[in-house]
Amino acid sequence: MSDLRRFAVFGGVYNNFLSLEATLRDARALGCEAIFCLGDMGGFGPQPDRVFPLLRDVPDLYVMQGNYDHSIGNRLEDCACGYTDPRDNYYAQISYDYTLANTADAHKDWLRDLPTEFRHDWAGKRVLMAHGSPRQVNEFLWESMCPDAFLEHLLKSYEADVLFVTHTGIPWKRELEGGRQVINVGAIGRPANNGRTSVDYALVEVDDEGVRVAFREVAYDHEALAALMREEKLPEPFVETILTGWWTTCLEVMPARERALGVY
Amino acid sequence: MIDLNLAIDRNPEGPAPQLELGHLDTLWLQVTGTVCNLACLHCFISCGPKNESHPFMELEEVRRAVETAAEMGVKEFYFTGGEPFMHPQIREMIALTLEHGPLSVLTNGVLIDEELAGWLAEVFRTSRYNFDVRVSLDGTTPEENDAIRGRHTFEKILSGAQRLHQAGLNPVFTVTTCHAELAESAGRQRFFDLLAERGITRPRLKFLAPFKIGREERRGGAYEDFERLREGMLDEEARQSLQCSSCRMVTAKGVYPCPILIEEEGARMGDTLEDAMGPIKLDHPACYTCFVEGVTCRT
Repeated sequence: MSDLRRFAVFGGVYNNFLSLEATLRDARALGCEAIFCLGDMGGFGPQPDRVFPLLRDVPDLYVMQGNYDHSIGNRLEDCACGYTDPRDNYYAQISYDYTLANTADAHKDWLRDLPTEFRHDWAGKRVLMAHGSPRQVNEFLWESMCPDAFLEHLLKSYEADVLFVTHTGIPWKRELEGGRQVINVGAIGRPANNGRTSVDYALVEVDDEGVRVAFREVAYDHEALAALMREEKLPEPFVETILTGWWTTCLEVMPARERALGVY
Repeated sequence: MIDLNLAIDRNPEGPAPQLELGHLDTLWLQVTGTVCNLACLHCFISCGPKNESHPFMELEEVRRAVETAAEMGVKEFYFTGGEPFMHPQIREMIALTLEHGPLSVLTNGVLIDEELAGWLAEVFRTSRYNFDVRVSLDGTTPEENDAIRGRHTFEKILSGAQRLHQAGLNPVFTVTTCHAELAESAGRQRFFDLLAERGITRPRLKFLAPFKIGREERRGGAYEDFERLREGMLDEEARQSLQCSSCRMVTAKGVYPCPILIEEEGARMGDTLEDAMGPIKLDHPACYTCFVEGVTCRT
């Protein structure tokens, strides 16, 4: 299998430099020749500037802009999440203000100028990567909200056989007819509302047979992250998520089906 | 600032904007037409026990529309009325639709007894795609709500919603902000407090501006002449955010651009979905509400 090629795809860093480090280490140890980050560097976690040395000017790493990066990069006033739940809005704004205030100008400029789409040809498959969806940076593609025929429509309209997205924070993948696939890589910055403290990224293997995607679970020093979040006086419900693996805030955008799998 | 100037122009000139259908993301189905067990004072299509201007849809009509939309790559389905749970075949309709994609059913909650709540929660747990029930509630006290939705409805609505919640399905509450203060954050907080008292500690809420047509026109007054959209008022972002750039509404009488306009003259687009893929004219004053208030009927 000398012609086997490996890639890693992840999204949703959310200021979590510790899980980012662990993810990159894992992907490189597995021999990934390229690593793709689908955006949303900020929010939620502590000390935003600590992710950038891991992400900028790294030869094997390709980084895309998410909606959060667009907001921070352009110095907008909020993340434009538009929650109606006052509790969600309150915490989302704390997190956004903190990230905006603690991201260096040079990093903001870098975020502002990132690309918004990647395209590749892997084993004859047209591979497309986007943040939310190929048609809209902040469109949520949740597993329970995406009919097969809708995904087929996206793939056809955007001329792709394999589509990678992030933005929701919960990983899933689906195989469609004719070997077409859609993969939501989830997020590495925050656990996936499943009671595990680890995070996930997508490990891709490409050979003559095609493109195979599997999720790879990454453990990291989540207790150290939680301690640092407390030092930075970030909201305790955020810390709880890191320590328990259950989402506590910003649940409003999550479909009932996905939400019912969590505890809140 | 330009938008603001246009919004207060008392004599807007020029033709109404045209809006293309980008892609059919959302299919609405008026499964029980305008027939409802309540006759709320703010209803934009004057639904009630005696309004049969749009009759019940047949099961086969629903199946045909759902399958056609699915072939087009639709993303989600919504059932409304009238009151969907008045339809004798509503369960078959729900089941067949969920084969093709996520579904939300909009209800006043009054008919949700324990058996129905149990069935709906089981559907929620076992269907492949997401299933939501959206319950309308128009106040945080009986006085506030019943003045709009009718006598003694406050308790009936909350009881229905609580049955759903107890069965394991957390409903979405839709609040039409006829009482303007309910749209403010203090007003919203009152809903969270009320629902928490009823054991619904993590409620989902949707706030909607009223449309000054149908019965609401008689309650709250009609649109003024200046409340019209004109060419040039909408940029690309505003166009995309209008729900009618990505939805159609099917009733027993044909296809319409959106859920709001089904009783409006000239709004009917054709017999079948295939007939209704063309552009629409945003020439109705209700279109102005969607633009100015940023309304979408989606959850």
